[in-house]
Amino acid sequence: MKITLRIWRQHHQDQPGAMEAYEVDEISPDMSFLEVLDLLNEDLTLNGGEPVAFDHDCREGICGMCSLVINGLAHGPEALTTTCQLYMRHFEDGQVIDVEPWRSTAFPVIRDLVVDRSALDRIIEAGGYVSAPTGAAADANAVTVPKKDADRAFDAAACIGCGACVAACPNGSASLFLGAKITHLGSLPQGQPERDERALAMVEQHDAEGFGGCTQIGECTAVCPAGIPLDMISQLNHDVLSGLKHQSGQ
Amino acid sequence: MNDYFTEGDPLQDTQDPGGPLKDRWDKRRFEAKLISPANRRKVSIIVIGTGLAGGSAAATLGEAGYNVKVFCYQDSARRAHSIAAQGGINAAKDYRNDGDSIHRLFYDTVKGGDYRSRESNVYRLAQVSAAIIDQAVAQGVPFAREYGGLLDTRSFGGVQVSRTFYARGQTGQQLLLGAYQALERQVGAGTVELNTRHEMLDLIVIDGKARGVVVRDMVTGEFETHLADAVVLASGGYGNVYYLSTNAMGCNVTASWRAHRKGAYFANPCYTQIHPTCIPVSGDHQSKLTLMSESLRNDGRIWVPVKAGDDRAPADIPEDERDYYLERVYPAFGNLVPRDVASRAAKKQCDEGRGVGPGGLGVYLDLTHAIKRLGRHVIEEKYGNLFDMYAKITDEDPYQAPMRIYPAIHYTMGGLWVDYDLQSSIPGLFVIGEANFSDHGANRLGASALMQGLADGYFVLPGTINDYLARNPLPADVDANHPAVVEAAEGVRERTERLLSINGSRSVDSFHKELGSIVWEYCGMERNAEGLSHAIEEIRRLRDEFWTDVKVTGVNEELNQSLERAGRVADFFGLAELMCIDALHREESCGAHFRSESQTEGGEALRQDEDFSYVAAWEFGGDGDEPVLHREHLEFENIKVQQRSYK
Repeated sequence: MKITLRIWRQHHQDQPGAMEAYEVDEISPDMSFLEVLDLLNEDLTLNGGEPVAFDHDCREGICGMCSLVINGLAHGPEALTTTCQLYMRHFEDGQVIDVEPWRSTAFPVIRDLVVDRSALDRIIEAGGYVSAPTGAAADANAVTVPKKDADRAFDAAACIGCGACVAACPNGSASLFLGAKITHLGSLPQGQPERDERALAMVEQHDAEGFGGCTQIGECTAVCPAGIPLDMISQLNHDVLSGLKHQSGQ
Repeated sequence: MNDYFTEGDPLQDTQDPGGPLKDRWDKRRFEAKLISPANRRKVSIIVIGTGLAGGSAAATLGEAGYNVKVFCYQDSARRAHSIAAQGGINAAKDYRNDGDSIHRLFYDTVKGGDYRSRESNVYRLAQVSAAIIDQAVAQGVPFAREYGGLLDTRSFGGVQVSRTFYARGQTGQQLLLGAYQALERQVGAGTVELNTRHEMLDLIVIDGKARGVVVRDMVTGEFETHLADAVVLASGGYGNVYYLSTNAMGCNVTASWRAHRKGAYFANPCYTQIHPTCIPVSGDHQSKLTLMSESLRNDGRIWVPVKAGDDRAPADIPEDERDYYLERVYPAFGNLVPRDVASRAAKKQCDEGRGVGPGGLGVYLDLTHAIKRLGRHVIEEKYGNLFDMYAKITDEDPYQAPMRIYPAIHYTMGGLWVDYDLQSSIPGLFVIGEANFSDHGANRLGASALMQGLADGYFVLPGTINDYLARNPLPADVDANHPAVVEAAEGVRERTERLLSINGSRSVDSFHKELGSIVWEYCGMERNAEGLSHAIEEIRRLRDEFWTDVKVTGVNEELNQSLERAGRVADFFGLAELMCIDALHREESCGAHFRSESQTEGGEALRQDEDFSYVAAWEFGGDGDEPVLHREHLEFENIKVQQRSYK
């Protein structure tokens, strides 16, 4: 296969960027999308060019580090698939493919396709946890958890923190990310004592980071590689409202 | 013996408290000096890496009140490669009432490691295992549960009880998120300073003690020096020396190797685990390998066609023309033999021409019987994400036809030598998780890596490091201008400039691939003296070529992934050579280390206990000089050492 990649090149956060076209030949349909970038970078390295910077690590769809907008879609055209698990058999020979970074006010570009997603960590820091100091835990089977609650918690906890939801959202909202963590911990008995404070603190941090509000468009869940459903944003809204209610003493 | 090393003094673990096995950990914790809560704020600790070991250690030390600085190369602490562990975590809970106990977990682990690990360390691991599950549940880790609301378990290779707790096929992810969230909580509380996109490039040693690190800010290129009372390495294993592995692309040995060059002994580097169930390689372009969890062997049956070269579709091969070779050869454990045994058995089938798929490098892992017996929905619930992953990578539907699998490098049992306190041979340098060598001997059992990483981070290190900290405070007159600090930073700068100035004709990746193929060929699933000697010469040749012909693009003062990789590959050369020297000197087979010269008539690994019942701890001899071997003799007082059998 032969493919033309049009890639966002931006040397530095403070400099303007632009799309540049590269032809890549001898692509096997069994190659992953990132292996095509590897191939391109080998070529650029040996022929006096600057390799394209992109984030990636586990290459098995779980670490959440890879982060490309491919032909306008975060993580590309395949549903429930991260960029690193996207294979070239889903593209046509001769196709022109646009490759861009996550674009959002809260995710400044560092270089080329690499962005700064530390805002998501700061949201977790604000309250995305259960306060359980090491050593203080009761026996693991002391509190039973109904299977449906455990499964719901797991479905939410599957979020890989990649930020595709933000990249896809016209408002640049991280509400699906928030909803996933709030649903995960809020579905379990261990998460109840801090449930109100957690929702309020995480949302406050989310807004302070420059993420936008949710208007229920649903682009986020459409691109989410972990399949986080939209109703977890309803859970977020529920927990925020009940948190406010409890806070005002009602 | 060979000409590649010199012999040093024997080594002893002087921190092992001795006495009755079950009292040792209590004894050590009681004898360790403490630091009062009010004084801990003034004591600083550097942690390198935020996987299960580093993340849990940093969070716990932060909770205790120490002043902790953490560094990771990823853009978030949540992305360390522990996240990719699939199958589960062992614990001696005995919730199944199936005869499990601390002693049985201890016994299984020592036997699984082919009697090449320390009794004291492994017993302690089994003792703290149950508390890890309690801790994770308290954090909100969503383990699999039964309809009654209690925790579910499953079995893993090398054991006959059901003690593995799991969260679908994403146990590592869920445990890591628990540790990561606890860590972020401490960042919010101000006890932990977290530095992402920072890579450790050297250790600072002052008056023989580890007192800090040189790190590179991977965004700006700035070299920073950080000082502390003690340094903890939790930087993972070195499987990426093989280029193709199940490790993440960024996993590397640099932190460990730099510490080794500063005096930390490297133990048993030749103990590298080849995991039996990975998706086979599809072509030269491939950048990494993907594991299919060992848990699949609970319900999956492994087979090859009886007839060599049989290329019929699997469904067309009748039952009596299939060889379920693990069930046939190892009736007691069947498909759940330990990883080293399963990997070698697969290789043997393929070597004899019965392999399946492209190039004959694969065997079938068949869940169709289980799907028929239990129904598709049950299998989907248990392994759905693994099946999806397989389908994505291979474009084949594993619900319809059996998966093809082949062994691949997955984990490294070797690592920096540590004593019972998890302290290396450099005082003040502690090593935890996969980065140390301590608990798995010559072969790790499935679902024990998560257990060890979290045991070290949550419980063991926080119970031992205080003793060192109380006795060895950072001298008040040491600051960034200390000659040792300046020298370390200058060394890193010079090395970086050298890499950037070579401007040769080959890419970093081309060297990494070639190095990987040498190590896989001669120091992979089967090794022999001739091949290893050849490999050592080849590695040296390639290393010299690297330093004269590699091309690293760009400059230091920017985000430069070419430079990052070059530094890591440069360190893999030294490690690869030491691995081969270690493998060559160990003229026995044990666990994952299989020397073709030392096998039973049936082709099983044959240990030579009289000569090799020791830990090989290697001291760096200097550039161009031989490493020095220190032997730590292994004593077994509580377990009868025997030739391992899973038949």
